[in-house]
Amino acid sequence: MNDKEVILISSKKFRKRSVIAFILFVIFLAGTVFAWKWIHKQPDMAGVPQPLRKVLNTNENIFSNFLTDKHLAETYPRSAAAKRVRVNGDIGLKSTLDTMAWKLKLVRSPGDTLLIGLADIKALPKTELVFNFKCIEGWSQITDWAGVRFSDFVKKYHLNQETHMNYAGLSTPDDKYYVGIDMASMMHPQTLLCYEMNGKPLPLNQGYPLRLIIPVKYGIKHIKRIGTIYFSNIRPPDYWYERGYDYYSGL
Amino acid sequence: MNFMNHTLVSVNAFWIRHMKKAEKKHPLAIRWLHWINFPILAVMVWSGLLIYWANDIYRMGWGDKTILRFFPDSFYKALNIPFRLAEGMSLHFVFMWIFAINGFIYVLFLIFSGEWRLIFPNSKSLKESLLVVLHDLHLRKSAPPQKKYNAAQRIAYTLVIFMGLGSVLTGISIYKPVQFRSLTSLFGGYEWARIEHFTLTLLFSLFFLVHILQVIFAGWNNFQSMVTGLFILPSEEEILIPSSVATQMDVNKNEPINEVQISENNSLNIDEIIPKKNNSVTDDPDKKINPDE
Repeated sequence: MNDKEVILISSKKFRKRSVIAFILFVIFLAGTVFAWKWIHKQPDMAGVPQPLRKVLNTNENIFSNFLTDKHLAETYPRSAAAKRVRVNGDIGLKSTLDTMAWKLKLVRSPGDTLLIGLADIKALPKTELVFNFKCIEGWSQITDWAGVRFSDFVKKYHLNQETHMNYAGLSTPDDKYYVGIDMASMMHPQTLLCYEMNGKPLPLNQGYPLRLIIPVKYGIKHIKRIGTIYFSNIRPPDYWYERGYDYYSGL
Repeated sequence: MNFMNHTLVSVNAFWIRHMKKAEKKHPLAIRWLHWINFPILAVMVWSGLLIYWANDIYRMGWGDKTILRFFPDSFYKALNIPFRLAEGMSLHFVFMWIFAINGFIYVLFLIFSGEWRLIFPNSKSLKESLLVVLHDLHLRKSAPPQKKYNAAQRIAYTLVIFMGLGSVLTGISIYKPVQFRSLTSLFGGYEWARIEHFTLTLLFSLFFLVHILQVIFAGWNNFQSMVTGLFILPSEEEILIPSSVATQMDVNKNEPINEVQISENNSLNIDEIIPKKNNSVTDDPDKKINPDE
């Protein structure tokens, strides 16, 4: 192994071997170009060529299998939290909001909608969370939030049946922004229906009166100004998924 | 040639055949894994750029002084990078599998074939690599003796394996920082893992550039050896094939004879081409060479 292995080979045989090797080589290189073009010619599935989308969905199956409630995002002391919290996106917040009239629409099943006021939500056990908020763009910021755990909310409103479904769908009151989230992530102990930031009520641009804080997901899933929550066994529509992003977007 | 006595008794005529001497340089598996990695790494770097653009905060400099911004707008514009984050992510998280699996098989192959001995640096490599670099820069006439790879190559190729591992691990740290939280903290947290992942990409690009230049300087024979596996050595060897054997091998139809192994001291192992038992001589007088002449 350590010594060079030297062979004798006739010119003719070497030429033959070279020709075969280079033909294969060129076929391989052409094949990669062809595969690349083929992928991009495939019909789009939510903004992504179908073969790529299928792999992304497989990634979800792989990684969601391993996510448990014991996987917790790292938490920090409140002093580590940013005072000036980055604002990134106002889709679904542009229409005027009648703050006095706002109520959360909880759709337990089609035709069975519960309206819940902010005071009722604030009356539930409060959970504080300082964690590193991660945007899909690549930046992150340690921020300070408080609200009710979605799992506590589920207990209070007896949503056991509903949470046996595969997904929860959330949308803004004007339905301009909407997300779909797998139930395991929704029921994760760090997932909050959040009404406070830095110890004060959420500012309007951070989703007053109620937003989602879900540390196991990128920021695109932390929907601001929740209007409706509903449950579904198939994937609820998702704003950024429709624009080519990963549906799961899990961390 | 000292094998004459060996066969003189039974053979009185030989064919002459000019044989190329070639070093079996790159095993088939290495060649495939290398060439698969080439387009995959390109896709990973390219899609990585599409992702990085969305939060392109890294720069070189101190305080407010920036010497080099990653990357200038002209660079993005020339490559049409802006506003393609979703596309970048979809490519990155698909081709990552091929990159990781290909790299994993490569490492397994190195280990189980013993090739790692030819690639991993040894105790002399650090010192020798300096001499190699000086030689490459034409500052020194001779280069230290080497086996398959010189000392600088050993260090570079070993580093690049660890860079690949680093890219996979820092990549996982950014991709799933909650699920792989301890891995992420091992790299200093989410933000640091991202910086490290980015830096490794720059190093990969640098390696790629130097690699391409070195391949161009090394010439065709070196390049083709990564495709054919054989590195042609300068000296040719004439071998004498006893006519009896040559007839059996049907030399008249100009069939190439089989590869002949040369033992360590570089002398022909005559046993491999001349069966001792064969005594029959059926010569074609037009093409034979009589060793007695």
